[in-house]
Amino acid sequence: MTGIATAPNTRGTAGNAVEVHGIVKHFGTTKALDGVDLTVREGTVLGVLGPNGAGKTTLVRILSTLIKPDAGTAFVGGYDVLRQPKQLRRTIGLTGQYASVDELLSGYENLYLIGRLLDLSRRDAKARATELLERFSLTEAAKRTAKTYSGGMRRRLDLAASMIGRPRVLYLDEPTTGLDPRTRNEVWDEVQRMVAEGSTVLLTTQYMEEAEQLANELTVIDRGRVIANGAVAELKARVGGQTLQVRPAHPAELPEMARCLHESGITNATVSPDTGLLAVPITGEEQLTAVIGVLGGRGFAIAGIDTKVPSLDEVFLAITGKPATVADTAPAASPAAKEPVA
Amino acid sequence: MTTATLAPAPAEDSRIGLVGTLRHVGALTRRNLMRIKADPESMFDAVLMPIIFTVLFVYVFGGAMFAGDQDAYKQYMIPGLLGQTGMTLALAVGTGLNSDFQTGVMDRFRTLPIGRASVLLSKIVAESLRALLSSAILLTFAFLLGFELKTGPLELLAAVGLSMVFGMSIVWISMLLGMSLRSAQAVQGVSMLVLMPLQFGSSIFAPTSTMPGWLQSFTEVNPLSALADASRALLNGQGPVAHPVMVVLIWSAAATAIFAPLAVARFRKRV
Ligand SMILES: Nc1ncnc2c1ncn2[C@@H]1O[C@H](COP(=O)(O)OP(=O)(O)O)[C@@H](O)[C@H]1O
Ligand SMILES: [Mg+2]
Repeated sequence: MTGIATAPNTRGTAGNAVEVHGIVKHFGTTKALDGVDLTVREGTVLGVLGPNGAGKTTLVRILSTLIKPDAGTAFVGGYDVLRQPKQLRRTIGLTGQYASVDELLSGYENLYLIGRLLDLSRRDAKARATELLERFSLTEAAKRTAKTYSGGMRRRLDLAASMIGRPRVLYLDEPTTGLDPRTRNEVWDEVQRMVAEGSTVLLTTQYMEEAEQLANELTVIDRGRVIANGAVAELKARVGGQTLQVRPAHPAELPEMARCLHESGITNATVSPDTGLLAVPITGEEQLTAVIGVLGGRGFAIAGIDTKVPSLDEVFLAITGKPATVADTAPAASPAAKEPVA
Repeated sequence: MTTATLAPAPAEDSRIGLVGTLRHVGALTRRNLMRIKADPESMFDAVLMPIIFTVLFVYVFGGAMFAGDQDAYKQYMIPGLLGQTGMTLALAVGTGLNSDFQTGVMDRFRTLPIGRASVLLSKIVAESLRALLSSAILLTFAFLLGFELKTGPLELLAAVGLSMVFGMSIVWISMLLGMSLRSAQAVQGVSMLVLMPLQFGSSIFAPTSTMPGWLQSFTEVNPLSALADASRALLNGQGPVAHPVMVVLIWSAAATAIFAPLAVARFRKRV
């Protein structure tokens, strides 16, 4: 053990919670991962964005010691995935793409079991289970078997399960895929809370919106390769940020609205008489406020406003010049492409 | 990559130790027992099978055997039934493992810092407890029907022990099935398919002397015959004990020697 520990370059770099170098994984002829490099800095959230079949789950499984890479090295919390799997497992918490709770056990028993497997005393395991049930709003359902839980409750139980041991690094594999918008927002709140408490998170997603909401840095992967990475703001600038859509009460006023905006220096508004919408690409809340301010100040009656986040396809189009290649069957539809402006 | 400063030294010991393993096995056994509680139908085989088999054979077929002497048939059949209890329940290890792999629960366990064997050991402990309960139910029911123990409690314990030892060797086969087949139902189906001819082509339910020659040569090598004969000798105090017991132990050792390494290798590969 000490031989490994003192050798250079075997623990990754200080300040990096996760470090991945040239990871390759083949399944038969499928190249699930084809030389992936990425880094998650301590205390930050890395979003791994990619369509179905991009290799996200494979990456998470390798970083959780569930499968071994064919080539490359990876360190989590300073531990080598291949050589120090046991120590590594003490460092991580995983919420997989598919819930891994025991359906026949109650929510409480699921969490208590994991506490005991993580070597907590009976009393501590009980206290931790109770605490997390409370925190994830599962106290009322604590005694019911997980079989009776809704999709959102299972997700929350799964999240709670991955947090029992207060892991330094959390993996969340598509944590909101298949959830309704309300439950998705609950999960987002919870993830933000974990991050505020100092967890390092590697989060995979198919939704630009989710990455934007939760991640500091973004790594975009496609067919097992990294096609872009950088700060979320940087990538957002590349793909054009959000679009504000304004629906006037009187569509006849559309050209007049665009003219007023133009006079005020907002020159990139477009109008579409077909849909009755005025669209303005925006990159920040100042711009949003400016547009609304101008239109309101001129006394236009506004029936509705929306902001639209670029879809995964638009992101891929901007980065690669071609749409995302979706390998799997399930389409990568955004759960909420449109979100009302608060 | 700069290596001026390294991440915190991973000095922690990676070994789990005996106390840790016992704690993990204990927690997982509790889980297996809670699963049984949540799904009481899974106890049907342990609780009802001994009762159904006893009633069915003693009262339905018993009258036609031993010239209609049901008491004699009870003394003949019930020890055989006791002998196979360990084995029938050992088969549940395979279905249990299969469903853990299917549902992703095993993935959760595999990301925890626990020994690989703990999950398996806890399944064996829980199934052994179930087998013991099943044996107790069978014996209670048998005594109520007038079954007589002709020897003593030590011999009775030995018979139960032998049943468990044989069952333990079947666990490995069950594990292999559990990890090779796609669904828990398939594991169940294949197990039954293998089990039925072995059960009925043995001396458990009927003396083999009335069977045709080709079947007799099968029943003679069938380890379940030796198991039933050994159990009968232990409970009824008639016939040779040492020989059938030895045969059962040899079969158990052989099955373990062949299938345990295969099953463990396969389990390690998946875990
Ligand atoms: N166990 C496996 N056996 C064979 N192919 C697999 C296996 N796991 C993943 N793959 C394939 O590897 C590719 C990447 O899969 P995955 O990592 O699940 O992608 P994602 O999570 O991004 O949707 C896909 O083409 C998938 O079909
Ligand atoms: Mg996936």
